[in-house]
Amino acid sequence: MTFTPNPEYLVQVSHLKQYFPVNTGFLRTTLLKAVDDVSFDIRKGETLGLVGESGCGKTTVGRTMLHLYHPTGGEIWFDGKKIEGKETLREYRRRAQMVFQDPYSSLNPRMTVADIVAEPIDVHNLCPNKKAREDRVRELMSLVGLNTEHATRYAHEFSGGQRQRIGIARALASEPEFIVCDEPVSALDVSIQAQVINMLEDLQRQLELTYLFIAHDISVVKHISSRIAVMYLGHMMELAPANELTRHPLHPYTVSLMSAVPIPDPRESRKQQRIVLQGDVPSPLKVPSGCPFRTRCDRATAACAESCPAMREAAPGHFVACHNV
Amino acid sequence: MSMLEVKDLHTSFFTPSGEVKAINGLSFSLDKGKVLGIVGESGSGKSVTAYSILQILTSPGRIVSGSIKLHGDELVGKSEEEMRKIRGNKISIIFQDPMTSLNPTFTIGNQLREAILLHTDRNREQAEARAIEMLQLVGISEPEKRIHQYAYELSGGMRQRVMIAMALACEPDILIADEPTTALDVTIQAQILELMLQLQKELGMAIIMITHDMGVIASICDEVIVMYAGGVCERGTTDAIFYHPMHEYTRGLMRSIPDMSDDDKTRLVPITGTPIDLLHMPPGCPFAPRCDVAMKICLQEKPKEYWVGRDHLSACWMNVKEGTCFTERPEGEEAEA
Repeated sequence: MTFTPNPEYLVQVSHLKQYFPVNTGFLRTTLLKAVDDVSFDIRKGETLGLVGESGCGKTTVGRTMLHLYHPTGGEIWFDGKKIEGKETLREYRRRAQMVFQDPYSSLNPRMTVADIVAEPIDVHNLCPNKKAREDRVRELMSLVGLNTEHATRYAHEFSGGQRQRIGIARALASEPEFIVCDEPVSALDVSIQAQVINMLEDLQRQLELTYLFIAHDISVVKHISSRIAVMYLGHMMELAPANELTRHPLHPYTVSLMSAVPIPDPRESRKQQRIVLQGDVPSPLKVPSGCPFRTRCDRATAACAESCPAMREAAPGHFVACHNV
Repeated sequence: MSMLEVKDLHTSFFTPSGEVKAINGLSFSLDKGKVLGIVGESGSGKSVTAYSILQILTSPGRIVSGSIKLHGDELVGKSEEEMRKIRGNKISIIFQDPMTSLNPTFTIGNQLREAILLHTDRNREQAEARAIEMLQLVGISEPEKRIHQYAYELSGGMRQRVMIAMALACEPDILIADEPTTALDVTIQAQILELMLQLQKELGMAIIMITHDMGVIASICDEVIVMYAGGVCERGTTDAIFYHPMHEYTRGLMRSIPDMSDDDKTRLVPITGTPIDLLHMPPGCPFAPRCDVAMKICLQEKPKEYWVGRDHLSACWMNVKEGTCFTERPEGEEAEA
């Protein structure tokens, strides 16, 4: 299979696979297909939202994209170059960064804020001397709205929202073009959430960043993303512009997902027609044959058990993987 | 008379660095068959309210003053033995995390039977039958098989169903749900909320729903209490709170949640600053340091609760300044601004 990069896109992911071996008994391992044949691209300067329920593989996609895991299969192209070999990977790791979900466990408690923020600078030798490094740390801290006088403090002295700012400052330190934001606001209170979301939007405009925004809160993802991708059990189900996906979802899974989002408006909420899915998500070790959603889908037919539907363009820019749409 | 009446409740944690006033003068009442929502940020005292009602506070926390009356019967000051008869029997609780609130070393059936045997005069066989009946009620398939399983064998949604079954086994008058769906996915959350509403109608109990999710409040609550720093900012019917928020904090909360129906991605208006440090409470309104329209009086004196509608109270000096509040409960339709 040959893949030709498209210059319009900054990041292109093609047939990405990530399998993990899991011990399932004495001398027996089963492959957990966390991500199975996922393809998508992200344009320069856009935010692609990635939603799905826990265990659907959205975090694994984010981590595999940055080569934090070595992909089992598939290709990742960044800025027209395929990511392979030590040299491209080193360069890629400077230009692509990550903001983690938990602002409590992703910061080293033994390091000062200045050292945490400066770590990527040290790793990539971006500052020639101590003075330049110090100035850069100050610049980064004020960029994310932290008091520069707090540079010598430790992470535990900060609140959740401030810690997430430290994590963002660290991600920005190597002057990246692409940032994977893995549930950056889920651990925060709503009033703080809005502060961090606004900041991420401002930084994107200011520094021309491209985001992959992973979250389970659909209203937050809709607000920040230009396009949204929906995942279920390691597969991508639907990909469409944010407004289109939330207004006119096509895949039965997306339809029920959208209808389950609680609306913070009592009158609208009373009118809401909930499609309550039956049962639970199957174990990722025993993914159903064919379409992974068929066991909970009310439109499933015999064809759904036989083959896994491929992504196809149902409307311009609106991709869906379902036999019955 | 209301079923549950809480008056001027004060609960504090006496830590080595000082007294943390987790609840600072909380009053509310709950009627039979109603769903009351308590919403607020972390540290606002939502969970401590639940723990205070059930008196399951752990040291160094304790109720300092105030009254909690269930059917007119005072709960504050009751002995541990008397409280045990109320917990799980008259008032039940479901905790946030179904993973850690089930005992991993006992089967589901064992844990369900425990509550039934303790509070009713059923024998072991009858208790087992009741356990199976309860599991069926909360929509668990093959309950005869499930009662022999352990918590780790069930999914998150299933475990929360078991918790609900356990809480409802003795047909309590009040069910306290402390963030029951926060750890669950939205599709499972929808299942659990639907189930709770259906059981509430069938069994006629009242629910206290503790959550930080305005969407959950809007979908199931009749009345809402908005808490901040251990006190009530505003309380009233769900419609009043959502459509006519009178307290600056409630207004700020509403502005900071992204609107799903907005296609233009209007910039969010966050509440500035960080939540208050409960060790160092200011003399005035606890929200004043983060409030955009705070006045001099807000920093000096704590506002009292005033009526701002027929079923709507708010504790904000802005209402007093604008003359939109009353000291007596207003009558008539026009009172709802």
